Amino acid sequence: MVKTLVQKINSNVVNKPGAVVAIKHLKKSFGTKEVLSDISMSLYKGENLVVLGKSGQGKSVAIKCIVGLLTQDSGSLKVFDEEVKDLSEKEWKALRMKIGFLFQSAALYDSMTVEQNLEFPLTRVLKLKDKQEIRQRIEEVLEGVGLLDAIEKMPSDLSGGMRKRIGLARTLILKPEIMLYDEPTTGLDPITSREISELIMEMQKKYQTSSIIITHDMACAKITADRILVMNNGSFEAEGNYEQLESGSDELVRSFFK
Amino acid sequence: MVKLVPATWTTAFVAAGDQVVFMGAFFRNIFRSGFEWNEFLRQSYIIGYKSLSLVGITGFILGFVLTLQSEPTMREFGATSFVPSMVTISVIREIGPVIIALICAGKISSSIGAELGSMKVSEQIDAMEVSGANPVQYLVVTRILACIIMIPLLTLMADALAMMGGFAASNMNNHLTATLYFSKAFSALRFGDLIPAVAKTIFFGFAIGFVGCFKGYNSERGTESVGVAANSAVVSASLWIIVLDAIAVQLTSVFAYN
Repeated sequence: MVKTLVQKINSNVVNKPGAVVAIKHLKKSFGTKEVLSDISMSLYKGENLVVLGKSGQGKSVAIKCIVGLLTQDSGSLKVFDEEVKDLSEKEWKALRMKIGFLFQSAALYDSMTVEQNLEFPLTRVLKLKDKQEIRQRIEEVLEGVGLLDAIEKMPSDLSGGMRKRIGLARTLILKPEIMLYDEPTTGLDPITSREISELIMEMQKKYQTSSIIITHDMACAKITADRILVMNNGSFEAEGNYEQLESGSDELVRSFFK
Repeated sequence: MVKLVPATWTTAFVAAGDQVVFMGAFFRNIFRSGFEWNEFLRQSYIIGYKSLSLVGITGFILGFVLTLQSEPTMREFGATSFVPSMVTISVIREIGPVIIALICAGKISSSIGAELGSMKVSEQIDAMEVSGANPVQYLVVTRILACIIMIPLLTLMADALAMMGGFAASNMNNHLTATLYFSKAFSALRFGDLIPAVAKTIFFGFAIGFVGCFKGYNSERGTESVGVAANSAVVSASLWIIVLDAIAVQLTSVFAYN
């Protein structure tokens, strides 16, 4: 039953046109441990794709392959129709400007203030020099995440939710076309989690991004997902929107909704 | 299948290969555009200025103790007047550079290892990389170059303070005047003594910065690895210093003193 479902998912999702990310038969192992056994998926322009799964199933590994932090063992991984394993260092740099990555821990540079954190990609990646323009862009994006008054603060002075917002702001300041969220609501209380999920939607509308959201938080999935893929043991086992999966009969999928 | 190379050898070769690749990345990034002057100055301040008291006190006590220890023996031979020049030459040629480098390995290499290790664990280095910025240029080049410049300066300061310490000890026991002490000290010292001594501290500085950066940058995930990175940075850097010193002494005795 599971095998049939996997085959159906693989054949359905990779053959449609307009994919900004297209993965076919991707495999990744660490030593003898196979983390991604054979995954195929696509992310379409303007879509919010939620990847659901228990911890340790390979969800984060998959998105780290997309952004080049990890290299796949075999299979095809195309971002904007470019096969990433063939990219040169220079081409990776250009591609990464189009991809935003929000880390689980937000990964703020803890020796810098919030302003310096946001200034870092502007001066290093976009090579902006005009102080006024830099300040204006920082204030604009901070206002977007509702934390303009935290501009002078150090990351250590921020709460978990605030760190996630600043992390999101730092990613969005480069106006990426694809956003990858690695468990954006993990470790947050339910109210802050909902606020972050709503912020993701708000930012998606504002910046017109296509997003992959890795999570096991069903509230986050309900708010953000256009489509959901369920991952188990390194491969996808189910696909559908929130309502379809909620009413489905698959035991594993149903266990997320309990 | 018969194993031609033992596993420990393979590990050692892989580790050596990783270090060569990392060194290549460092040298490639020195000359890239967009040198991080502000970070370089900040690191120079941390590595140089913040080590002044430790290095200064060590240098002073080094000269002081060396004088106190050698004077009784020299007195037996009626050679007390040679103590200032003997202490000066031994401190400047050998003891000063090595002791200061070992102390800096403990203070600076471990601190760099721990800092970059914790940045790796908290995904800050990954965040820099995926944003399209160059973490090697920002984190590694600045720290290694700051070490290369600051360690020789710290050693020169420690040498000067060791001479002061030597004078303090001589003055305490023999009521030697400053003029007499320093004229005796400098009378035996050649400019040629100073060049190889300073030259080797440049390599010590490189070893301290490089090992700290390499261990921190390549630390494993998990908080334990931060401690491991700091610890192995000190051990490896100390070993590098001893080996480099042995090579430097050989080269100096062949080229400088013949």
